[in-house]
Amino acid sequence: MSTDLLEQVSGHFNYWMAVILMMVGLYVVLSRHNLIKKLVGLNIFQTSVFILYVSMGKIHGGIAPIYVEGVTEQPVFSNPVPHVLMLTAIVVGIATTALGLSLVVLIKKTFNTIEEDEIQASLDKKRRKP
Amino acid sequence: MTAHLPVLQVVLPLMAAPLCVVIRQLTLVRLFSLVVTGTAFLISATLLYQVNTAGPISYAIGNWPAPYGIEYRIDLLNAVLLFIISLIGFLVLIYSKNSIAREITQNRLYLFHSLYLLCMTGLLGMVITGDVFNLFVFLEITALSSYALIAMGGGRLGNPQALYAAFRYLILGTLGGTFYIIGVGLMYMMTGALNMADLARLLPSVFDTTTIQAALGFLVVGITLKMALFPLHMWQAAAYARAPSTVSSFLAATATKVAVYVQLRMIFTVFGQIPLFRDTPLDEILIVLALSSMIIGSLSAVYQKDMRRMLAFSSLAQIGYIVLGIGLNNATALSASIVHLFNHALMKSALFMALGAVFMSTHSVKRGAMRGLGRNMPITMAAFVVAGLSLIGVPLTSGFISKWLLVQGALESGMWPVALMILVSSLLSIIYIWKVVEAAYFKKPKRALPKARDPGPTMWVPMWILAAASIWFGVDAGTTVGIANKVAETLLGGVPQ
Repeated sequence: MSTDLLEQVSGHFNYWMAVILMMVGLYVVLSRHNLIKKLVGLNIFQTSVFILYVSMGKIHGGIAPIYVEGVTEQPVFSNPVPHVLMLTAIVVGIATTALGLSLVVLIKKTFNTIEEDEIQASLDKKRRKP
Repeated sequence: MTAHLPVLQVVLPLMAAPLCVVIRQLTLVRLFSLVVTGTAFLISATLLYQVNTAGPISYAIGNWPAPYGIEYRIDLLNAVLLFIISLIGFLVLIYSKNSIAREITQNRLYLFHSLYLLCMTGLLGMVITGDVFNLFVFLEITALSSYALIAMGGGRLGNPQALYAAFRYLILGTLGGTFYIIGVGLMYMMTGALNMADLARLLPSVFDTTTIQAALGFLVVGITLKMALFPLHMWQAAAYARAPSTVSSFLAATATKVAVYVQLRMIFTVFGQIPLFRDTPLDEILIVLALSSMIIGSLSAVYQKDMRRMLAFSSLAQIGYIVLGIGLNNATALSASIVHLFNHALMKSALFMALGAVFMSTHSVKRGAMRGLGRNMPITMAAFVVAGLSLIGVPLTSGFISKWLLVQGALESGMWPVALMILVSSLLSIIYIWKVVEAAYFKKPKRALPKARDPGPTMWVPMWILAAASIWFGVDAGTTVGIANKVAETLLGGVPQ
């Protein structure tokens, strides 16, 4: 049983790491009240997806799919498509983080805090005295 | 030229968005974006006509053939969605002129137009594409531009809460989007395909693996977050209530509808060869969530004092009706969903537009501030009442048609308690719409409202076009129901029973 588990972990090391990072990221997003920490958690969560995609493109012994003149034997290529997809996803991730951080800057300017519970408290106070 | 219409539909607003930033001069930017959205509307109308007469269109981007390149595929379902998005997009932009001038800082108005066009690009792209990863890219374009649009509500007249609402939407929206690509990744892992038609062909042979079942789970949760179905609706009320009125009129009508479309695509096209409703508990899950959305949405709407929040909660209930139609799994209910997708877009946009006009003249959207407005703003309040009646589902309005079909669908599936719940939710909507009517027509204002006056024609004409359309499609339901029946038949036709 324990050797089985060990084998599974070592055989799917990347996937285990991806899942662990995913859960860590999700937990940070849901549990932290600090807006910057939330964004960091979101980033970890997104990064885990990059690892998931890149791992699935890799084949044992596979090399980068580049055509070399004169090489006659057919080499094993890794799948380049997931890498390309993740380039797009990384761009999306950067844009999201940048937008999120600029919102945090504006929130800090207006509410003078970046703690979620304090923002909520100041909103509630406003609601009570119209 | 007409052969390239599918790509022009998306590329036109996409190219126009940065140009708005270059032009900068406000009058020119406004004129330019009106021309662009107007053209996009004409293109979508042409596409709808072509698809309705000649069948689905497939367009290979850059001439790369389908499974390798990105394919744009338009059938009747997404042609209808394209039509709704570009119609609402055009009308809301006409409406926007005076409203955004009051609610957004003057020197950022040209940026508003740029973001608006980007948001529209994303929505159109999500609908038109036949590639699951391309869909993700457009989903993020929509999401990023709508976070920024909502945050613009933090400007002059608006309140700082818009920033916080936008941030919360950013966190949850990104989680939803990321769940979606995890699902896509897991599907790619097993099939090596990203094209929807290709996936549909390859998925049945691997559906018994946990990977694909996990993929289905991730996809459904991600999309459900985007369409704000209970219990993942928490971002919606704050976002719609705090955004500039123009933005809520556009997003409330289109963004969640597009998410519903993606759900339909996933269930009936990508997983179309697998009898999901027979082999998985997906239909029970959808029905339970939809019923909870209907009841909780309507109940919450009754207790709101802020009228925009009220409409946002009513949207939750309406999305519930639409999803219920999907879950009931018969042709009548499904076509009810599709009709309601269309009808609800029209009436919700009209309602938000009316509130935008109220906000302009009274600087508030609290129910208390609407006292006596029936006398001061007859045109606006009449539009609100007409669209509100349609929301309730009074006979001779479009809302009645979709609810009638939905009740029929529920009875067809032998679920009379579900039909009863639809009636209960509709009764609740009478209460919250009536409260507004009572305040506007039967109560005297606390103090005189000499300044409250109907807005100019740029605002009330688009509002009334939508309000009148919700009457028109209630009286003459043949067109919408006919198209919806056709769509429902094609969607269900592929699924093995």
